[in-house]
Order: sequence, then C-alpha cells, then structure tokens
Amino acid sequence: MNLGRILAIVPAFDEEATIAGVIGGIHAFDPAIDVVVVDDGSTDRTAAAAAAAGAAVVRLPFNLGIGATVQTGFRYALERGYDTAVRLDGDGQHDPSELGKLLAALAEDRADVITGSRFVERNGAYRPPLGRRLGITWFARLVSLLTGQRVTDTTSGFQALNRRGIALFAEDYPSDYPEVEATVLVLKHRLRLAEVQVEMREREHGTSSITFVKSIYYVCKVTLALVVAMARRYTLPSEEAAHR
Amino acid sequence: MTPLRISIAAAVASALLLLIVLELIRGRRLKERYALLWLVTGLALLVLSVWRGGLNTIAGWLGVSGYPPAILFAAATLFVIVVLLHYSTVLSRLDDENVRLAQELALLRTRLDELERSTLAEELEHGHETLGR
Repeated sequence: MNLGRILAIVPAFDEEATIAGVIGGIHAFDPAIDVVVVDDGSTDRTAAAAAAAGAAVVRLPFNLGIGATVQTGFRYALERGYDTAVRLDGDGQHDPSELGKLLAALAEDRADVITGSRFVERNGAYRPPLGRRLGITWFARLVSLLTGQRVTDTTSGFQALNRRGIALFAEDYPSDYPEVEATVLVLKHRLRLAEVQVEMREREHGTSSITFVKSIYYVCKVTLALVVAMARRYTLPSEEAAHR
Repeated sequence: MTPLRISIAAAVASALLLLIVLELIRGRRLKERYALLWLVTGLALLVLSVWRGGLNTIAGWLGVSGYPPAILFAAATLFVIVVLLHYSTVLSRLDDENVRLAQELALLRTRLDELERSTLAEELEHGHETLGR
C-alpha cells in the first residue's frame, strides 16, 4: 500500500526546549513528511520555536488537554487530505528514527492503526519502575481482556494511521488520558489495530510529575473510562451511511 | 396531619420560586429550555403544599406516618437532583461544543495565516508596493 502524503502530528505543551529537536528528527528521517505542531496553549515560546524549525503550527486558544490537542492534529490531517498520519509527542520521548518501523507496518497494510509498543518483545530494552510497570500491565491485560485482542502497550501515543484511522480520530477521540481509551475506540469501530516493537527515549526535558496518589487516581479514572468506553453506543461508519 | 403553618410557609415559598422563575424568563435571563424543570418543580411543590389532604395520602402510601411534611422535603430534594442532573448533561454538551469551537478556531487561524502569507508573497512577486505604505 502506498503511504501517499504523510503528516506528523506533534502535540506540545510548554516544550520550547525539545520541540525543534523533534521536528528536526522527523525531517532527518524523511524531509518529505509535513509536520504540524499543535500547541495546547503553551506559556513559553513553543509555537515560535516550532515555526522556526519548519513546522506548521496550530495554536489552541487555551489549554484543552492532550486528547483534544491530538484530535486537532487529526482534524488538520483530515481537512488537508493526508493519506497517512503519524503522532509523536513534543517532549522527545518518541524517537523519529523509529518511524520507519511504524510506517513499514502501515505500508504492509497490517492494520489501520499501528502503535509503537515498548513491550511486544518480552526482552525489550525499556524497564520502567515497578509502579509504572504494574499500571501498564494492568491496562494491557484489561484492554486485551475487554477487546479480545492482545495489546501490550496501551499508554503509547506513538502511532501511525491510514485514512480510516485519521477519519475516526478526527471525529471521536477521548479526552484526558486518551491512549488507553483510544485502543478500545479503534476496535469498537471495527478498525484494525497492530503493535510493533519500538524503543522509546527517557524524557529529554523535565520529569514526569505523576506522584503515587496521582497514579492511583489515574488508574481508577482510566479504568472507569474503559468500562464506559466498552458500554458506550457506537455508530459504525456503515450504519452512519445508512442514516443519510 | 400537616400543621397549617407549614403548609402556608411551603405554599408561599413555592409560589415565590415560581414567580422568580417566571420573572427570569420574562427578562430573558433564563431560557425556557432550562426553565421548564424549575417550573415543574415549583408547581409540584405548590400543589403539595396547598393540597393538604393529598400530602397526607401520599405520606400514607409511602409509609410516612408521623410527619407528612417530610414528603415536601423529599419531593423538593428529588426535583433538585433532577435539575442538577439535567445541568450536568448540559455542561457536558457545552464542554464538547467548547472544545470543538476552540479546535475549529485554531485550525481556521492557521489557514488564515497561511493565506495571508501566500497573498503577501504573491504581491511581492508581482512588484506591488503594498509594504511601504
């Protein structure tokens, strides 16, 4: 399958230190990939740094949170008729040189949404701290159980999508901690999902501010969101067409 | 039996609520769509306050033997919960719409910037002296 025009979507909030590196990395991987940085109401010079590095910039008027920010990128891709979208975070944890693995899987048409996972192979290089690992395992098991498809890394935002994937996420994307829920969303809409093993970097800048109490809260909240996502009513594209 | 004074006080309070809601609608400070539940609440409470026999009967049905006005509180609480729940759905919808608007605005602004830049580039190319003025 031809990948056609490719757009890289980079959500960013206060990432002026790392954003240029991410954009440079994407262009170093393939200069033909267009980059759009969606600035979620940053208070620093993220937007200016991104524009200077050669990206298109969409500046949200105020902070909408990660889900709505990423969705803005997918709407941008849909509006402008891109055939393929990849998503990388603005903090530099997703290594642009790993994009080849995602795009290769998409070119083989292995799925509509390809997720870069750190845990497809059991002896991957990334060993998160125990608490994190427990959380990641819990969601991976839960999502696998709920959807009947083996998923190993539900929190990864490192993804490549074809037109069907773009259209779905432009229309419907979860809000707060969107990746876990988006996994269910994709499968509920009968789109195909596949994972490929990738390496991720440690955060280049700043530290993850998630404390113990916060992570408990996070786990409960996302678990609830998952149950809701499973119970929710979905309009499948075929049914939607029937309504018109 | 409900004490007369409680009935009078409750009737006055619910009539006052109804009047305030109606006045807010008249002044266009409250849309009919959101006022409907308040009107129903006010009317129901007014009816239950004035129709004292009815209140006693309902209390009897529900097994409240000692103090029929408790039904008034229960009814008021129930309606307030319904109104709040309604507001939560309204809030969720507004939240979605607000996000959508912010996204559209940001996408349009990007498009406008591009358009302005390309128009400017075109004008420069054609030698129009639009910048010097």
